[in-house]
Amino acid sequence: MPKIKSKVKSQKSKVISNRNIKDNYFEIIIEAPEIAKSAQPGQFVNIKVSDGIEPLLRRPLSIHRISYQPPAISRQQRIKNSIVLLYEAVGKGTEILSQRRPGEFLDVIGPSGNGFNIDRRPLTVDYRPILIAGGMGTAPLVFLAEKLREVKSKKAPAKAGSRQILSNGREKGKMLVLIGARTRKDILCEEEFKNLGCEVKISTDDGSRGFKGYVSDLLAKELSAFSYQPSAIYACGPKLLLKEISRISCERNIPAQLSLESHMACGIGVCMGCVIKVKSKNAKGKTDDKYSRVCKEGPVFVANQILWE
Amino acid sequence: MGINLKVKIGKLQLNNPVMVASGTFGYAEEFKDFIDLKKLGAIVTKTITLKPRMGNPPPRTCETPAGLLNSIGLENPGIDKFIQEKLPFLRKIGVPLIVSIASEGDSEEFVSLARRLDKIPEVSAIELNISCPNIKSNQKPETSNQSYKLISQDPNSTYEVVKAVRGVTKKALITKLSPNVTDITEIAQAAEAAGTDAVALINTLMGMSIEVKAGRPKIAMGTAGLSGPAIRPVAVRMVWEVYKKVKIPIIGMGGIMDTSSALEFFIAGSSAIAVGTANFINPRTTIEIISGLEKYLARNKIKDIKELIGSLKI
Repeated sequence: MPKIKSKVKSQKSKVISNRNIKDNYFEIIIEAPEIAKSAQPGQFVNIKVSDGIEPLLRRPLSIHRISYQPPAISRQQRIKNSIVLLYEAVGKGTEILSQRRPGEFLDVIGPSGNGFNIDRRPLTVDYRPILIAGGMGTAPLVFLAEKLREVKSKKAPAKAGSRQILSNGREKGKMLVLIGARTRKDILCEEEFKNLGCEVKISTDDGSRGFKGYVSDLLAKELSAFSYQPSAIYACGPKLLLKEISRISCERNIPAQLSLESHMACGIGVCMGCVIKVKSKNAKGKTDDKYSRVCKEGPVFVANQILWE
Repeated sequence: MGINLKVKIGKLQLNNPVMVASGTFGYAEEFKDFIDLKKLGAIVTKTITLKPRMGNPPPRTCETPAGLLNSIGLENPGIDKFIQEKLPFLRKIGVPLIVSIASEGDSEEFVSLARRLDKIPEVSAIELNISCPNIKSNQKPETSNQSYKLISQDPNSTYEVVKAVRGVTKKALITKLSPNVTDITEIAQAAEAAGTDAVALINTLMGMSIEVKAGRPKIAMGTAGLSGPAIRPVAVRMVWEVYKKVKIPIIGMGGIMDTSSALEFFIAGSSAIAVGTANFINPRTTIEIISGLEKYLARNKIKDIKELIGSLKI
């Protein structure tokens, strides 16, 4: 992944809102202008959810969206230069986080890690990326979809009726988003992706909506029906899912970028706790296995670089 | 009034008694965005071995009540790469640099490492990590039916290693001790007798945490080292015990999170303290403790931090 040289900051940041969107899912907005200004899709922040020693460690959460506005505009606005995080209150840390109220301050470190390498070529019908979200892995992909759309729309396609025609004469394609969830209640961000002009397909483990099975199975099914080669795969979710996506993408020779989840102690690259095994070239040009830090070299890795255990 | 925070560890003069614990600060570069590294009393590197070490398989860490279990397995680039890639940054900082070393085999490796480091002027001191609980090769086969033991679990082995390294370097020598013993004072005394300039204690306590549903340990290696505030009372007790038995300075550590917990260690007998796990949570902990100590001393009209060392009323 490209090294993003944004300086990581530690700061007390104000909670603007912390909303229960459904079941155990929450969306927190935190005022953090420095982070919002430089954050890239796939990067994360590391939050101290309470002042005490329980829980002891920070909680890493990927950045779901940013609402960065230039200072000239933000002066009139109360909500400004903030980051949005989407999380499920499942453990001690996220449960405490879900109880934090607007106006309170959180100690936030970020933006951390290396995000997605964004493909800057314009979309066409036969040239488009697939975004694959498993469970909470949906969170950073909304930010990514926003950025991908922003990049693409800068190379403004001319409108021709309801269809958009690119300068090369091809019809503008849509990003395809595959969302995998446990049940239909756990499907996240479907509307957000649609509003961004993405085509969305759903899979649920129990079949309560969409394709029954894992989202990697849905991917395999979709790919076999494709008449073209997708330009790229971007995925985020549990390790086993990413392992399967990695296998599929390597088999079909589709470049894939995977954002990994990992337990982290420090999140700043010193404890060496969050590692995964990757291929690397040593000084003699030979391939050597080594451990790579999810918090520093990651969380986004190129699929064919990872050595799955 | 002028507050004196200066302390001496052997021939090593520190501007203040706040250092970092090996393995919790990387090679310092990661912290330059968070703190002014020049303000630290000393920097202790992550442990270096002769050959590069890949480290243990993940998962390597897990959170426990007020604590952290880790089994990293001394992942490090080895001394050659350390000198080539890490030292250039470290040598420019301008605070005493303490390089932590460990052996994958016997005391010969400690000696080879110490000889290499002895030639580097910017290395102020060497810390002997004879107490890492997470690598098999740091352990010595026992003569009896017991299979493996850490060097720092045996006074004779401790004496041998310290003595051997003492023979090849004039740099300040710090010996890091394990709390996983019946009587830590025996080990501290063995290290003192062999010529160490200071003892550092405690390394992590051996622990284990289990994922109940899967019936498996949460750490891939099974057992791991416990750190964080959970172990602080054990560490303070051990510092006090060792303080009563040795004349050399003690570098105290184990769950120091703030000024108040640092003060416990000085009162128990530490001449300096090291911040470990807290670096992961608040990267500014060291700096906050340095200014906190100044304020505490001023408020209590104590001119010199040395007045506090071992001042426990008992």
